[in-house]
Amino acid sequence: MTAWLGFETRVAVRFLREGRLQTVLIMVGVAAGVAVIAYISALVTGLQNNTFNKTLGGQPHVTLQSRDDVVTPAWRKEPGAVVFSDVQAKAQRLRSVSNWQSLLPLLEQWPGVAAVSPIVAGGGLAIRGEATQSIALSGVDLDRYDRVVKLREKVVAGTARLEPGEGIIGIELASDLGLRPGDRLLVRTGTVGETVRVTALVDLGVRELNRRTVIVPLRLAQSLLGLPGGATSLDLALSDVWAAKDMATDMRRQFPYKIESWQETNAQLVSALNAQSVSTGLIRAIVLVVVVLGIASVLVVSVVQKRREIGILRAMGATRGQMVRVFLVQGGIVGAAGSVLGLGLALLMIFLFTAFVRGADGQPLFVITLPASLALQVALVASVCGVLAAIAPARRAAAMDPAQAIRI
Amino acid sequence: MVHNAPAAAQSGHLIELVDVHKSYNIGLPSEAEVLHGLSLSIDRGEFVALIGPSGSGKSTLLNIVGLLERMTTGSYRINGTAVASLDDRALTMLRRDTLGFVFQFHHLLPAFTALENVTMPGLIREGRVSRQQLERARELLATVGLSDAMDKRPSELSGGMQQRVAIARALVFDPPVVLADEPTGNLDTASSDEVFQELRRMHRERSTSFVIVTHDPRLAARCDRVVELVDGAIARDEPVAGSLPGQGASWTGSGGPPARP
Repeated sequence: MTAWLGFETRVAVRFLREGRLQTVLIMVGVAAGVAVIAYISALVTGLQNNTFNKTLGGQPHVTLQSRDDVVTPAWRKEPGAVVFSDVQAKAQRLRSVSNWQSLLPLLEQWPGVAAVSPIVAGGGLAIRGEATQSIALSGVDLDRYDRVVKLREKVVAGTARLEPGEGIIGIELASDLGLRPGDRLLVRTGTVGETVRVTALVDLGVRELNRRTVIVPLRLAQSLLGLPGGATSLDLALSDVWAAKDMATDMRRQFPYKIESWQETNAQLVSALNAQSVSTGLIRAIVLVVVVLGIASVLVVSVVQKRREIGILRAMGATRGQMVRVFLVQGGIVGAAGSVLGLGLALLMIFLFTAFVRGADGQPLFVITLPASLALQVALVASVCGVLAAIAPARRAAAMDPAQAIRI
Repeated sequence: MVHNAPAAAQSGHLIELVDVHKSYNIGLPSEAEVLHGLSLSIDRGEFVALIGPSGSGKSTLLNIVGLLERMTTGSYRINGTAVASLDDRALTMLRRDTLGFVFQFHHLLPAFTALENVTMPGLIREGRVSRQQLERARELLATVGLSDAMDKRPSELSGGMQQRVAIARALVFDPPVVLADEPTGNLDTASSDEVFQELRRMHRERSTSFVIVTHDPRLAARCDRVVELVDGAIARDEPVAGSLPGQGASWTGSGGPPARP
């Protein structure tokens, strides 16, 4: 029974132990590379999650609205018929999604949809005493809405509750109008006005949203905006955020509504995130190439230094394949050991970042973690790269004529 | 040409070289033929000295016999196998099974202890060192008087001790042929004697053939047969006076048919 790679591993380990300084240097090199890769990956993942949550946290993944009103052009251009070349676009009035009550269960049963929330949204004014602020008024069913945007998690003061005549407002608006939970404000839309008692203040992560948001019960918004029984949009939350774009496309084929995914609403954010991912990938690739070249160059030197040993081993009956594997195993060991060191280093860097880089409020800017899957992936890639880096030196070692090696 | 191939195949010599040529740098301006149609047979159990001035081609011949180098043309059989058509892997396997090497004294693996050097052939074969192999290596090292030095690195051993380790290593799988390239080179007279005696003792105790390259005439005189190479050809091939005849020795130079006893 031959032990797999027994000879190769024993000799590789001994060779590495003999070339002490070289081995230490190259392992530190690999560790530095792995640390950079792991740290950058963790940092960018943290940054992206942070951006993502902040931006998308208050947004549905897919929204469904009525189609925009358009001026329909003449169906067929007959020769000689008058064609209006310059048509004034229609003003988009607030309209309800037609038949939204019967649409709701259909959407809820759509595979991949986690929650659906009907919303009545429109503009208005919030008035308290002398102060007036323009607001974005949303009428929702709190439980449904919470399932879509996790509103309850964003409450910073008071308790989220939407009984008739109650409302939830953004924290900036609260400070602008000097409101605390329990206080009242007047919400006006056009000629209609209604007093609302504030039950909770929410932080939606974006200043502008915090300054404009007033959330009231569905019925209240319907009456304020003049859409009795209506809903201006249906907001959807999906179980997989990234499926939004495809799902929106699918739904557009089936329903005659304006359906948008968050990717379409936030095209700029998506392209920024993509650019970030591409740059990260590029940095990782370059570091990887440097690591591979480092391992390769050290092993090439080692092959030259070990000429005599290679010759002796070959004379004793080691095959070319065995010599190749001795050096591949060395590359793999260097890659694996360097990964372990490097991951430790990355954890240290993440700890330092979290401990010392803080925002104005003294809190960490955002959470960085090194997920086990990422660590495993980086270690695996580094080890494989170690083996790949060893291919050229290993082939050189195997190509050596044993007699020539011994003569030296 | 004196031998023809079929006759050689049936002759049953342990080592049989017929009309072997070896050139270096073929196709280059520096092309040089080192061996000029050399024929040589060695039988089981012989103890042969290979002598000659430097540049005579004796190291090249040893490398060809040891399957470390390929001849340019000619035929070579070892232990019944014709090697000319074998690929590298087959050559390696043949070398593994038929040959042991004792090189000059700095040819142990410096990263491994004496015991590990001796068990290395086993590790190469099986990927692990079995208890049997370990026992055998210990026994051999004890035989050559190194019981106390087993766990020392080559750098901690004297030249003579290193060579005794090398002898133990060459014999660990009891190969039919042991090749030694200047086994006593760079050793003082006392160590040199010691190592040579070890080689002779090992030869006495088994049927292994020994081929020893040396330029020490004193050592050559203590072998059973001396083959002298001059300018890539065999100039002399004769039994040493006083050595025991009929030890299975037969000798053939490039000048005559094999004299079978």
